[in-house]
Amino acid sequence: MEVKRTKLEMAQSPLGLEGPGFFATSLDKAVGLARKNSLWPLPFATSCCGIEFMATMASHYDLGRFGSERLSFSPRQADLLMVMGTIAKKMGPVLKQVYEQMAEPRWVLSVGACASSGGIFDTYSVLQGIDRIIPVDVYVPGCPPRPEQIIEGILKIQDLVENESLRRRESPEYKALMNKYGIE
Amino acid sequence: MATATAEQVQQLHDLIVSKLEAKFPGVVLHTEIQYDFPIIEVSKGNIYQVLEFLKTDPELSFEFLTTMCGLHYPDNTAKEFGMMYQLHNLPKNTRIRIKTFFPASAMELPTMIPLWAGANWMEREAFDFFGITFKGHPNLKRILNMEDITFFPLRKDFPLEDPTRDDKNDSMFGR
Amino acid sequence: MNEHLNNDTAAPEEKVYTTLNLGPTHPATHGIFQNVLKMDGEIIVDAEPTIGYIHRAFEKLAERRPFNQITPITDRLNYCSSPINNMGWHMTVEKLINAEIPKNVQYMRVVIMELARIADHIICNSVIGVDTGALTGFTYIFQWREKIYEIYEEICGARLTTNIGRIGGFERMWPEKAWQRIDDFMKEFPKELKQFEDLLMRNRIFMDRTINAGGINAERALQYSFTGPNLRATGIDYDVRVMNPYSSYEDFDFVIPVGTSGDVYDRFMVRQQEMWESLSIIRQALKNIDRKSTVFHGDVPEFCLPAKEEVYNNMEALIYHFKIVMGETEIPVGEVYHQVEGANGELGFYLISDGGRTPYRLHFRRPCFIYYQSYPEIIKGGMLSDAILAMSSMNVIAGELDA
Repeated sequence: MEVKRTKLEMAQSPLGLEGPGFFATSLDKAVGLARKNSLWPLPFATSCCGIEFMATMASHYDLGRFGSERLSFSPRQADLLMVMGTIAKKMGPVLKQVYEQMAEPRWVLSVGACASSGGIFDTYSVLQGIDRIIPVDVYVPGCPPRPEQIIEGILKIQDLVENESLRRRESPEYKALMNKYGIE
Repeated sequence: MATATAEQVQQLHDLIVSKLEAKFPGVVLHTEIQYDFPIIEVSKGNIYQVLEFLKTDPELSFEFLTTMCGLHYPDNTAKEFGMMYQLHNLPKNTRIRIKTFFPASAMELPTMIPLWAGANWMEREAFDFFGITFKGHPNLKRILNMEDITFFPLRKDFPLEDPTRDDKNDSMFGR
Repeated sequence: MNEHLNNDTAAPEEKVYTTLNLGPTHPATHGIFQNVLKMDGEIIVDAEPTIGYIHRAFEKLAERRPFNQITPITDRLNYCSSPINNMGWHMTVEKLINAEIPKNVQYMRVVIMELARIADHIICNSVIGVDTGALTGFTYIFQWREKIYEIYEEICGARLTTNIGRIGGFERMWPEKAWQRIDDFMKEFPKELKQFEDLLMRNRIFMDRTINAGGINAERALQYSFTGPNLRATGIDYDVRVMNPYSSYEDFDFVIPVGTSGDVYDRFMVRQQEMWESLSIIRQALKNIDRKSTVFHGDVPEFCLPAKEEVYNNMEALIYHFKIVMGETEIPVGEVYHQVEGANGELGFYLISDGGRTPYRLHFRRPCFIYYQSYPEIIKGGMLSDAILAMSSMNVIAGELDA
């Protein structure tokens, strides 16, 4: 029987020294590769964008193709905080607490106009962008963004994850950033 | 079953007004018909009795509370605030709107929870938005906003915009 | 009674209750609802819901916006079925200005509103399945929401928050491709819906989980002003489409499905049956729509943006264009209430106009907000896992709940 071969694209291996039985590369790159393709997102879905996130997770768009199908509802095991939807001022402290509970390294994806800037809701009750309380890595515009845009955002996060130096989280710049938000 | 015609609305309006006048003389302050709704303004002191009568009277039997909400007319002296109740008789498919107005110095209404359990959150919402208090409400606290805010956001004198924004430069837009 | 046990090992005489905080970001709640539960083991003794975690001040926002620009706010009420909200708002303003809408346009609206109802019920019912542990139905049926989105996209360009149509009708005639997609959907969806039904409806585990869970009787439901599928599941046949027909619903022949016990299974079945009825309504509407018609809105030039060519060549069109864009349309003074059958129940718009460019007051009668207050009563005495099912079967949408 003929075996059908698919053109399956595996993750690209990083540059390194290859020989019979061994492969040597820098630790940064190996860790980056592993982290990049198994991000566990924590969906912090509050409103309309959450429904588009459901569509992103469902069979048609299938976020599992990017190694992120395992949702972690516990912040302690999550790598990526996906904030989708309006964050009201009442919700702000909850969001910050969830972020603080996440272990380093952690990334934040802000999906939709409301999470990024308050969107059309320039009102007394809405937080004007989550970057007022937690640091954000990637912003996805749209009201709500299409699933393709959300996936694009995840890919951008993957780029950041892959190329992040292992020492970044100990650097004084990073500590200063955290201090700016009042996070220890 | 279809939406009531203008004639039917007028009949309903006359019936309710005559019944209310017979039962509570002087309670009806103002009536009008707007589109397909009879609107009856009653005095604040009797609002509970009026609604109870409308609910329990066998001929009227407005047993379904569709919605209620607060109103604010800052220019109407001594009638700045108001409350709107909208009732529905499901079997006959007739609807009415009852309003009552009161000054900013006497913002207390009786709670309608004994008549409709569903009034609970709607009254809390009116309290949250306008600061109208409800006597006898078991849990009258803010529902949508944070409990520690000091303003009542839907009053006309409260600005809409988020006051913490610093990126809005008025000089650029001539505001 | 435990005399044979020594005092150290006997169960405590007094009941020990556990306080459990469910939410506001609990994954099982599908949205941001917080409930502080008092638990006796797995049994819920008391519940205290907190809402408002996504309060966006719709009513205040609406007081500052011209009438045309309020449509995007209504999108975000019940975002699972935005077209119904959009058109409910349009019809409210049309009622205020006494606009006459052509029959063809009314039928087109019916098609869109019923598609939206199907899309909403797909979410609710597939999520009930997910909460009982049946993820399969979700993965199959959710794709069909994508098909509905594609229809919306052909008509208005957006997927979820559609902003579909305008006051007076539609912004343009539907393109050929939209009709094509609707026809395809009508051909293929019944098969898929049947498959979804077969996966869950007579599934023993699903029935055991949902029957007699999270129920409410008709009397209490009326006390709490329930409307929509949740009221009909208790056995009361109140449907705005029949009681106060709008947009020519009186021309269509359909059944109002009702349940008996108002539990999770009945709500599921009512929604399921409503999808079939919606399909039948769409079929009837499609039969009577003239697809070649060039009329896509009523005669309300002060609300419908004129074609660009007209704007350049016609003085009146230019004036209307300017007025619409700047939101300076004249509006009669008056107050009007209009209700539509939203996917969750009677969605009402109470509009007071003082003749200004914006509404003086706009109050949304949001069905979710009104019936969700019965939640503690529904879940009391039940198991924790049933409470989750009760919430998903009531289809509480955070945007509509918190305004």
